[in-house]
Amino acid sequence: MTESAKNLVCIKNVDKVFKRGSENIHVLGGLDLDIPQGEFLALMGPSGSGKSTLLNLIGGLDRPSQGSVEVGGEHIDKLSSRRLAAWRARHVGLVFQFYNLMPVLSAQKNVELPLLLTHLSRAERKKRAAIALDIVGLSHRNNHFPRTLSGGEQQRVGIARAIVTDPTLLLCDEPTGDLDRKSGDEILDLLQALNREQGKTIVMVTHDIHAAARASRTLYLNKGRLSTELEE
Amino acid sequence: MKYLYLVWSNLKRKKMRTTLTLLSIIVAFMLFGYLGAIKQAFNMGIDVAGLDRLIVRHKVSLIQLLPASHESQMEQIEGVDDAVHQTWFGGVYQKPSNFFAQMPVEPEEFLEMYPEYLLSDEQREAWFNTRTGAIAGRTTADRFGWKVGDRIPINATIWSRQGGERTWEFDLVGIYDGAEKGTDTSQFLFRFDYFDEARQFGQGQVGWYTVRISDPEQAAEIAAAIDARFANSSYETKTEPEGAFLQGFANQIGDIGFIMMSIIAAVFFTILMVAGNTMAYAVRERTNELAVLKAIGFTDRGVMGLVLGESLVMTGIGGAIGLVLAWFLVSLGDPSNGSLPVFYIPAKNFVTGVLLIAAVALVAGILPALQAQRLRIADALRR
Repeated sequence: MTESAKNLVCIKNVDKVFKRGSENIHVLGGLDLDIPQGEFLALMGPSGSGKSTLLNLIGGLDRPSQGSVEVGGEHIDKLSSRRLAAWRARHVGLVFQFYNLMPVLSAQKNVELPLLLTHLSRAERKKRAAIALDIVGLSHRNNHFPRTLSGGEQQRVGIARAIVTDPTLLLCDEPTGDLDRKSGDEILDLLQALNREQGKTIVMVTHDIHAAARASRTLYLNKGRLSTELEE
Repeated sequence: MKYLYLVWSNLKRKKMRTTLTLLSIIVAFMLFGYLGAIKQAFNMGIDVAGLDRLIVRHKVSLIQLLPASHESQMEQIEGVDDAVHQTWFGGVYQKPSNFFAQMPVEPEEFLEMYPEYLLSDEQREAWFNTRTGAIAGRTTADRFGWKVGDRIPINATIWSRQGGERTWEFDLVGIYDGAEKGTDTSQFLFRFDYFDEARQFGQGQVGWYTVRISDPEQAAEIAAAIDARFANSSYETKTEPEGAFLQGFANQIGDIGFIMMSIIAAVFFTILMVAGNTMAYAVRERTNELAVLKAIGFTDRGVMGLVLGESLVMTGIGGAIGLVLAWFLVSLGDPSNGSLPVFYIPAKNFVTGVLLIAAVALVAGILPALQAQRLRIADALRR
């Protein structure tokens, strides 16, 4: 078995440069990162350190300026836009800080959204969405719209949406950043359970040491470079 | 179809804005349908004009009379099968606003020339045998509540009777229907012999002729032959196909088609602005949501399709309601209370309406849809 096969995510020598007017902003430089299958990785670092950018590269939401991003044996940086979208739909679940639910859809319909891209029947979509809502403990709120749910409940719906297609990789961008401690702990419990019981590989960006403590490994990103220790 | 729920939910997001936009679209398509019916009324008969019929009138103008003797001379021209005359009577029934076309004709010849005027055998016989007999089209008979056997007084505005009397009385012996939807069923036709004998002046003269030709392919040559036959006489003629004649007749009021098209174009231009603005706002407000859709696996084209779908659903609903309302209003009757010879929305206008719905949806939605297609996920999620 090759190294890249043992690791779910292999990032090699990745640069990410943003253009702002005539200025080039180097967010990530020569970054290497391997994430083994089944790991719960926390990414920490100051604002603007490139945590979300790295998460976007792993999730195929953005492309590196240089270097390669391999996830599950697929060089996603080389995929066309259409194939990358299809890859995301199959392999990645995304959890956002501000939940990013569709306000016009009920919890059930929000969770069903990724399943619209499959060939599943309406009944099957509904069934799978119900199972996902049950996993996050919200089956009793399936017909509620986001505005009638608390922040914690909305994030649970967001997690249900992320896991409904049974992806291998869960990418969470500050999933507890908008929640109080109690709700945040519940969300972290849920993520831990998904990692331990269902073997989901999770990459979580967070500012919260308390949240990062739930992960099996924590990496710190500063000035575009990764380290295992927080640099002052 | 599985995306329809998503499209529909997005349209319901800003109910007031969607409702106002829908109302604008409904009004535009209602106007399109209704004005189309009025245009059809003014272009009455053009679509159903006989290809094998020519109209021969005085070269100077339609109101100049021609001698009745032209008929036999025209029938001698090669390619001419038959010729019948008509004359504009221009009377009114009871009051000036009760306008409709009245014409003295030779009944038997006329009905042969215009087989699209459907009259029962019994009523045909009655007309042929009743000197003061007249027939009316169904539209006019219904408009005034006439029935066979009624005595109809018509006040002449041009043709006085001998002795100066202006009221002509006719016995209604028949009510005709049209073989086609576009057939004019507003005319009132009476016998020329009765009219010619009783009128104060103009005996032996008629308004214009309808000529049936044996070969429509030869229409131009036969028309030229007819005009050549009467060239350099006191009664020179101008011969043209029936459709062109009817078009010219309609154009005396103005180019109705152009006027209608101008109004409709102005309305639709405004609608494009309104619908386009609605779609642009709808996309701008949802940049983040569209980015999330892309993030969870919707393709660029898929998101573009969703935006265009919203535009199509909104325009489709508004357009369909507008066309149905137009159909309903037209079915209630013409706005002139029966003066228009025909009043209906031609089937081709409904087809045009559907194409227009697709065009408005596409034009209104294309820019926001392209904007959604080009949206970069990482950038949009940062906003």
